[in-house]
Amino acid sequence: MKIMTCPLNGPRNISEFAYGGEVKDLPAPGCDDATWVDYVYLQENLAGVVKEWWYHTPTAFWFIAERDTRTDTILKTYAASDVFKERVDFSAGPRE
Amino acid sequence: MPFGLLKFGLSKGHPVPRALPAASDLRDSYDVVIIGGGGHGLATAYYLARDWGITNVAVLEKGYVGGGNTGRNTAIIRSNYLTPEGVKFYDESVNLYKDLANDFDMNIMYSERGHFTLAHTDSAIRTMRWRAEVNKHMGIESELVMRDELQRMVPQLNYSEDVRYPILGALYHAPGAIARHDAVAWGYGAGAAQRGATIHQKTEVTGLEITRANGSPQRVTGVHTNRGTIKAGKVIQCVAGMSGEVARMAGFKLPIKTIPLQACVSQPLKPFLDAIVVSGSLHVYVSQSSRGELVMGGSTDPYGVYMTRSTLDFKEGLMMHMMELLPFIGEVKLLRQWAGMTDMTPDFAPIMGETPVDNYYIDAGWGTWGFKATPVVGKRNAEMLATGKVPDLIKPFALQRFHDFQLLGEKGAASVGH
Repeated sequence: MKIMTCPLNGPRNISEFAYGGEVKDLPAPGCDDATWVDYVYLQENLAGVVKEWWYHTPTAFWFIAERDTRTDTILKTYAASDVFKERVDFSAGPRE
Repeated sequence: MPFGLLKFGLSKGHPVPRALPAASDLRDSYDVVIIGGGGHGLATAYYLARDWGITNVAVLEKGYVGGGNTGRNTAIIRSNYLTPEGVKFYDESVNLYKDLANDFDMNIMYSERGHFTLAHTDSAIRTMRWRAEVNKHMGIESELVMRDELQRMVPQLNYSEDVRYPILGALYHAPGAIARHDAVAWGYGAGAAQRGATIHQKTEVTGLEITRANGSPQRVTGVHTNRGTIKAGKVIQCVAGMSGEVARMAGFKLPIKTIPLQACVSQPLKPFLDAIVVSGSLHVYVSQSSRGELVMGGSTDPYGVYMTRSTLDFKEGLMMHMMELLPFIGEVKLLRQWAGMTDMTPDFAPIMGETPVDNYYIDAGWGTWGFKATPVVGKRNAEMLATGKVPDLIKPFALQRFHDFQLLGEKGAASVGH
């Protein structure tokens, strides 16, 4: 059994968690198609230390984990609020 | 020792020539450099030499020939995919596979078994019917069989209602086959080497030489390896698992996530299961090898790592469902377990053809469907490298499709949730 430490619930079996993708910067509203392609499809997919979204399914809690993908070790986990301190403003709307 | 035997042993025919020639020095330059000595890379070298007479070719392999996913899959060959693009492509592959043992003069143990994709829900039956119709339209033997008929065809399965997911029917694909995957790699490797291509094992690519114009990458001209730098006319990367890392050397990103796919085999049993049985909703597939082992696989791992470790979670998940299909399997021991690193794309279709770098081609994104495509990939890669034009058959798989928002949606792929 592999253990992941949830910032909210403490150490749990990794089967309780779902992987949620790489942590990326959200493109600014109105950006061009190439930026969206990069955000939606393209992956860093790094063999090394990565920063990713993870989700604790039973408590519906999203957080960030840093892992080494070469050794399958979890280096640290922390709440998303440690990184994202400001609300995203979507009011700019879509581009013309 | 009998004189006849001694004479035979000392005659000029011994030792028997090696299938792959001994390691040689790297030349200064090659017309084509193929990164990756798995089935796809070796098949590309083979058809380049056989069909196009291009033999100044180097296949660079970090480890040993066929030591990656070519030797780690569950060796299933079929063409009953869902999209017309996919069906046409895999059909050519199945047809090439049928003649491969003759081409190689080597037994690849190609064995047509019949391939059954089980349906456990009404919606699955609907998808099977859709797939069967697409397949038939494209001239592929494929049909929906309902439970009673299925029970006559594959009586070994558990048809009880008293399970979590009772079997309702299956998509039946008569040409579905298995083959000895190592022999496919060796056959292509030996065939390519006999015709003049050079295969360099233990040769790792560490970087690429790319000309730049106005700061953006333009054209590949050479390859750096742990054994020195070589000039290259054209370069193609055929490296499942490490595709993203190699593409990074070329300076572009891929829509690929590297995720392990695990598999295992049981102890050898008497031959009892002729068919290849797959269930997408139970995430299992099983066939019996000619040695009698049950070859079993499940779904891809829940998250990505660059490792080929095996986990207990995988085996628990697999066996939970396997015991519903074949209840006696609880008495059987597992013999071996392993994993391969797969390139998962968002639309379960491969990425083939041109890249943002001139003279640099890609053959990646083979997720859980790469082995069955080996011959057609080699043949069409060779055509592309020789003519400089992307063949129509592989055009739909271009990397550009993600930039044009033209994804394929190949829901016929195995081992992945849809």
